[in-house]
Amino acid sequence: MQAINVTNLTVSYDRNPVLENVSFTIPNGSITGIIGPNGAGKSTLIKSILRLIPSNSGEVEVYGKPYGQQKQLIGYVPQRSEVDWDFPTNALDVVLMGRYRHIGMFKRAGKAEVAWAKECLKKVGMQDYAQRQISQLSGGQQQRVFLARALAQDAMVYFMDEPFSGVDAATERAIIELMKKWKQEGKTVIVVHHDLQTAEDYFDHILLLNKQTIDFGETKKVFTLENLEKAYGGKIAFLQRTPSTAKEPTAHGSLSYQPE
Amino acid sequence: MTYTLWILITGCLVGLTCGITGSILVLRKMAMIADAISHTVLLGIVGAFFVTQSLNGLPMLIGAAVVGLLTAFFVETLHRSGVQSDAAIGVVFTSLFALGVVLIAFIGDQVHLDVQHALMGEIAFVPWNTLQIGGESYGPIAVWMLGGVLVLNTLFIAIFYKEIKISTFDPQYAILIGVPVVFIHYLLMAMVSLSTVASFDSVGAILVVAMLIVPGATAYLLTDKFFSVIWMSGAIGILSALIGYGAAVSFNVSIAGSMASATGLLFLLAFLFSPKHGLVFKRQRMTST
Amino acid sequence: MEAFLTSLSNANFQWVLVGSLLLGFASGVIGSFVLLKKQSLISDAMAHAALPGVCIMFLIFEVKNVPILLIGAAITSLLATQAIQFIINKSRIKTDAAIGVIISVFFGFGIVLLTYIQQNSSGSQAGLDSFIFGQAASLVKSDVQLISGGAFLLVVITVLLFKEFKLTLFDPQFAKGIGLPVSFLNGLMLFLVVAIVVIGIQMVGVILIAALLITPPLAARYWTENLGIMAILAGIFGAISGVSGAVISTTVVGLPTGPVIVLSASLIFFISLLFGTKNGFLQRRVRGV
Repeated sequence: MQAINVTNLTVSYDRNPVLENVSFTIPNGSITGIIGPNGAGKSTLIKSILRLIPSNSGEVEVYGKPYGQQKQLIGYVPQRSEVDWDFPTNALDVVLMGRYRHIGMFKRAGKAEVAWAKECLKKVGMQDYAQRQISQLSGGQQQRVFLARALAQDAMVYFMDEPFSGVDAATERAIIELMKKWKQEGKTVIVVHHDLQTAEDYFDHILLLNKQTIDFGETKKVFTLENLEKAYGGKIAFLQRTPSTAKEPTAHGSLSYQPE
Repeated sequence: MTYTLWILITGCLVGLTCGITGSILVLRKMAMIADAISHTVLLGIVGAFFVTQSLNGLPMLIGAAVVGLLTAFFVETLHRSGVQSDAAIGVVFTSLFALGVVLIAFIGDQVHLDVQHALMGEIAFVPWNTLQIGGESYGPIAVWMLGGVLVLNTLFIAIFYKEIKISTFDPQYAILIGVPVVFIHYLLMAMVSLSTVASFDSVGAILVVAMLIVPGATAYLLTDKFFSVIWMSGAIGILSALIGYGAAVSFNVSIAGSMASATGLLFLLAFLFSPKHGLVFKRQRMTST
Repeated sequence: MEAFLTSLSNANFQWVLVGSLLLGFASGVIGSFVLLKKQSLISDAMAHAALPGVCIMFLIFEVKNVPILLIGAAITSLLATQAIQFIINKSRIKTDAAIGVIISVFFGFGIVLLTYIQQNSSGSQAGLDSFIFGQAASLVKSDVQLISGGAFLLVVITVLLFKEFKLTLFDPQFAKGIGLPVSFLNGLMLFLVVAIVVIGIQMVGVILIAALLITPPLAARYWTENLGIMAILAGIFGAISGVSGAVISTTVVGLPTGPVIVLSASLIFFISLLFGTKNGFLQRRVRGV
């Protein structure tokens, strides 16, 4: 079964193409990383799939049906910087927003929904912060509130936009655990990610993107020197890559992307 | 006595209606759209006059709502075509407002509507302009209009409470989970237009802008709950109206201007002394840690 | 038409023409910087905030001495920009709400002072209202000389320091790197904006003078992508608006000058929006964007 099928997606801002004829098919129950250099259109790709920004052409299918009919299956964790954390509300309230579709228009959240939201906060280790004003949470805690909101949505396909950026180690682990749990439950996870060093460990599939699809498939197959050079324009310096250094987050790593 | 009472009721209704509606716009970072709409509804009122040849309540409300929505639409369209949003707001509202003022100069002789009135209102005349049905007098028209708009706005907020909240906090996520974000946007614009036009006649554009923006900003400094921002903003609007009226009477100055100044005074107090976000306590916290 | 020809031969009117031309040109040029600094609405706040300054100076000195009143206007305008910045820096209030609070409170307080002056001082206060919407017809020779001389001086400063301003706007870090006095240049730009607002309020009024800074550059943007050409074009658009506004409002009795000037500018903007060669509506249609 295919979770997501994207055909010939093209997006441009005022005639400058940001994405050109991007096509790929993501299998169900996978964890896919969307990888590429700055300005490759990674966030644009998921936003246009989710119809948050208009696309010039292209089709998106979710479990074999057009996106428009399957919206209720989609979960989304936006970049933390996209909302104003000074907004007057608390963590529990943000998580409850994930239930709004289930609650329906006009109605207020009932006890069952609140209990469910609390459960989701607990799953990301944030049960003690339910009543905390969101601006008083750390970056990692804010990210976990967003994760809990996505959990509360109870979706089948999850899109996450740079979830690992600027979070602490505990949150990073929480995100990885959640992704694995979703995978076990047969759900599909698609993650925009910019860090080449960790990509190989986090994802089983990789979509290498630079305005066009460079390659898509299982991580081992896609993550080759040749492909990376194609995506990053030859600005990649390969050093000796050994499994031990790959697991070491503090080391400079074996694979580094050197911007000009 | 009843004369003063009616004026106070009118002022409080303006504070309450504009306060609760405006607070949402402040949270949506659209305070200046509120400013723009409260200027441009003048054109709607003049337009309604050209169509109906009178200054009646209902056509005025409709005209104002139409021009208010058009203002929001023009700003949006210009912004989308690549104009920075603040410049888009600036060019749209000054154009439509200037058009309204120029048109008033042409019809000013025929009706009781002039620029001074549009800016400052004439709250002192509110008690005399009463609703007459079958020879009976049922209280000032302004109070009826404001009361009606208040009920309408409260209803909208109550019905769409969580949709308004999520589309304000995280509009992209709101779109994703199927909230009609565009509808909510224009609903709020309509609420602002209606609040403005109902208040216009009695207090004028200046006070409407002040009551739409300042109480909301003040409440935002006082609380961390969405619902509290809304009701506190209404309360601050009422308080400003009362303080402003008192000051206006004692110094014999413009009631609308005085109420606007009172909103500023309350804002300053919150800015300095709010327990959570005030300057003084923030500084104390900094020195104590 | 006859009235127009008679007024053309009037020496005072000729002065008004020169004044409106120079004022329009200077505000178009300076407005180009304001647009690029994304400060369109801050300039609107500066303009509104000029009113209390005028009134305070009148209350202190009790004479309608224009230069003194304008110094007051400049002081409160500057105070308003500082207050906006202070609110943004020291609280969670965002830019738009901060501008809205300052606009409405300063202007509301200005109206309070204006009504206080009308109630309490004798005789010569008449004419302070014209600061709200501007009245070219009531300008005397010395007023117009002040406007013309001031506008001319501002244009000269702008021309002399044009390339420094340009670099400071575009890349302040680099400008600092090559040894430009960036904070001085920024301060000078602020001074230019305050100065043009202050000398313009007599003719255009505090409510709409910002339009003269916002609209002409925005219109010019549809014809060129070069800052130098844009500034000159904006100046020409501003000058056309100023002159046509002054002429029309002096010829047709009862029309306030400010709104007519602004409408002329809006018309030029609208034409540019449709037919502009850079991203204009028709050109976008042709390109199929």
